Amino acid sequence: MKILIKKGRVIDPKNNIDEILDVYINGNIIEKIGKNIKEKGVEDFVIDATDHIVAPGFIDVHVHLREPGYEYKETIKTGTMAAAKGGFTSVVCMANTEPVNDNRSITEFIIKKAKLEGSCRVFPCGAITKGLKGEELSEIGDMFDAGIVAISDDGKSVKHSGVLRKALEYSKIFGIPVISHCEDTDLSHGFINEGVASVLSGLDTVPSIAEEIIVQRDIMIAKYVNANIHLTHISTAGSVDIIAREKRNYKYITCDTCPHYFSLTEDATLKFDTNTKVNPPLRSKKDIEAIKEGLKNGIIDIIATDHAPHDLPSKDMEFNLAASGISGLETALALSLTLFHEGVLTLGELVKKFTVNPARLLKLPYGDLSEGNAADVIVFNPYIEWIVDKNTFLSKGKNTPFDGWKLKGKNLLTIVDGKIVYRDGLI
Amino acid sequence: MNWTKKDLLEIKDLTKDEILLILETAESFKEISLREIKKVPTLRGKTVITLFYEPSTRTRTSFEIAAKRLSADTINISASTSSFVKGETLKDTGKNLESMKPDVIIIRHSMPGAPHILARTLKSSIINAGDGAHEHPTQALLDLFTIKEKKGKIDGLKIVIIGDIMHSRVARSNIFALKQFDTEIVCCGPATMIPPYIEKLGIAVEYNINRAVKDADVVMMLRIQKERGRISYIPSIREYAILYGLKKAHLEKAKKDVIVMHPGPMNRGVEISDEVADGEYSVILDQVENGVAVRMAILYLLTGREQ
Repeated sequence: MKILIKKGRVIDPKNNIDEILDVYINGNIIEKIGKNIKEKGVEDFVIDATDHIVAPGFIDVHVHLREPGYEYKETIKTGTMAAAKGGFTSVVCMANTEPVNDNRSITEFIIKKAKLEGSCRVFPCGAITKGLKGEELSEIGDMFDAGIVAISDDGKSVKHSGVLRKALEYSKIFGIPVISHCEDTDLSHGFINEGVASVLSGLDTVPSIAEEIIVQRDIMIAKYVNANIHLTHISTAGSVDIIAREKRNYKYITCDTCPHYFSLTEDATLKFDTNTKVNPPLRSKKDIEAIKEGLKNGIIDIIATDHAPHDLPSKDMEFNLAASGISGLETALALSLTLFHEGVLTLGELVKKFTVNPARLLKLPYGDLSEGNAADVIVFNPYIEWIVDKNTFLSKGKNTPFDGWKLKGKNLLTIVDGKIVYRDGLI
Repeated sequence: MNWTKKDLLEIKDLTKDEILLILETAESFKEISLREIKKVPTLRGKTVITLFYEPSTRTRTSFEIAAKRLSADTINISASTSSFVKGETLKDTGKNLESMKPDVIIIRHSMPGAPHILARTLKSSIINAGDGAHEHPTQALLDLFTIKEKKGKIDGLKIVIIGDIMHSRVARSNIFALKQFDTEIVCCGPATMIPPYIEKLGIAVEYNINRAVKDADVVMMLRIQKERGRISYIPSIREYAILYGLKKAHLEKAKKDVIVMHPGPMNRGVEISDEVADGEYSVILDQVENGVAVRMAILYLLTGREQ
């Protein structure tokens, strides 16, 4: 297939490009980027991207596709459709499936299923420990051979420092990062941030220090054994401080945050809406400000969704019992563009946190528009206003606290490996 | 003013006028319980269900008596006899009950926000009779009623709440209610049982009971919930009784006409000594008596609301 995208504002941070250019896609590769590329008359699609942004397809380092095991919450098919709609061309799926992705056969299953049914690229993340139990290392080498790009016990911290140390050391053999969910379960007994909101609602809490202690511990261990540590869904001001300080003397630390951690405060939980239940919990206004500052000054490298789709019954119950998580793939771009509209990030900086930075972390050959690269390209408009309607989500998970929100910015076209996998108008 | 709300879920929801309306209405209902024939036809033909997922003597009996004195039909369901043990969700239980057309469902549950699930789902009026550590609005209203009755006012008083503030729905509801008035609120208890950030609500925190009760008009005692494992927050019941058990000597530092309150059930010799519980300052049984009147008022207002 030949696609010519004309007159869009091409933002390609890796190649320092930010200007009005044309992009010519031939087959599965980006053949040429330049001014006024002439139509040859053989194109399948010629797309006028005037007033729109043309960017490398986004890479999400943290999603839950729920397959195998929880197909009633999401499947690889529906999760990647949601990803494509949201502007993501690659996603990293976490290991807390059933069975857990702690062995080659599950990794292979996910990769095969994604090739058959996926709308975007899927890169499995293997479990650090067997059954996510935090005790014995999984067969990381075998899974790496099958295609995992990182390891994580996401949803839990590796409780024992000794086990985490071994995992960090072992990960060096394969050059893959350890993605760490930071939560000291001795300190977290609950469901929402410890703050004024918890005083008001009486819900049990996850204090900010439960995250920060593990952020500090994991960095210390990684530094000691000289391994790559990636701290995921960072949510507190204290974590940003620690990471800022540690990054100054150790370069193999990266981290991400999620749109809900800069869009909502703990106050959103006051009506016991279980769609606001997420782990780590929504934090205070002060934390939100620190997260934004961390994104602005580059301490936070990546924006990930932690897309955590759930079926309605898992959410439609008592707050304490309800499942944690937000279905985030279809609102991430617009919520993140709020940072651009507020002047926190430039469009270039924002695109970088969704493309080059995650690609570098995972050593993926995507996330930029270099000529000759695989054609993973999106076209979005940062100014189009729309109202979030969970019923229009392609994800099976309609669990969003943003339903009814008026947002600004919309993905219009997603191309993966030269194929159009999602479009909204334009053609 | 007229009552318009369908449910009574939390004190936080109420305006000061709404609180005053409940207290005023309760005043007129109090007399009914003193009659020889303790029944009026006000709620005849109305159905009131109490749905209790936690044990309760006082609150449930109080609601049932209140409803019966207003001539409503009452049905009591407790967790051990309900479909809860068969795995039915709260929402489904609520929907099934609603099919039988109750006017009011009174729910007690161990989890914050559980009454809100019913309130969102059902057309019946929902009354929160205690949801985890969140709120116990009718307790706070009967406490305010008792304070007003004994002191003639609420404004200008110093109220000290002593005990496990962190896990207490009674403390929370009372704090939210009392903050609507011009009151000085002091929370006192072991530091492990004072929720962080509570001072941001304008509440003073005092770890020393002697300093806390100084010049107090009202002392509210809370129970240590041994059955919920709260014992792990303190070294021992023995030490708690020494440090935070209210004794007569403490009250000498309070105002001369101080009143001592307790929502029950009391652990005598732990948070409160016999001499205080049964002494001249105690209004603990008045609270129980007033509970019926306040709950009659709430049932009356909710079922007669303007729609």
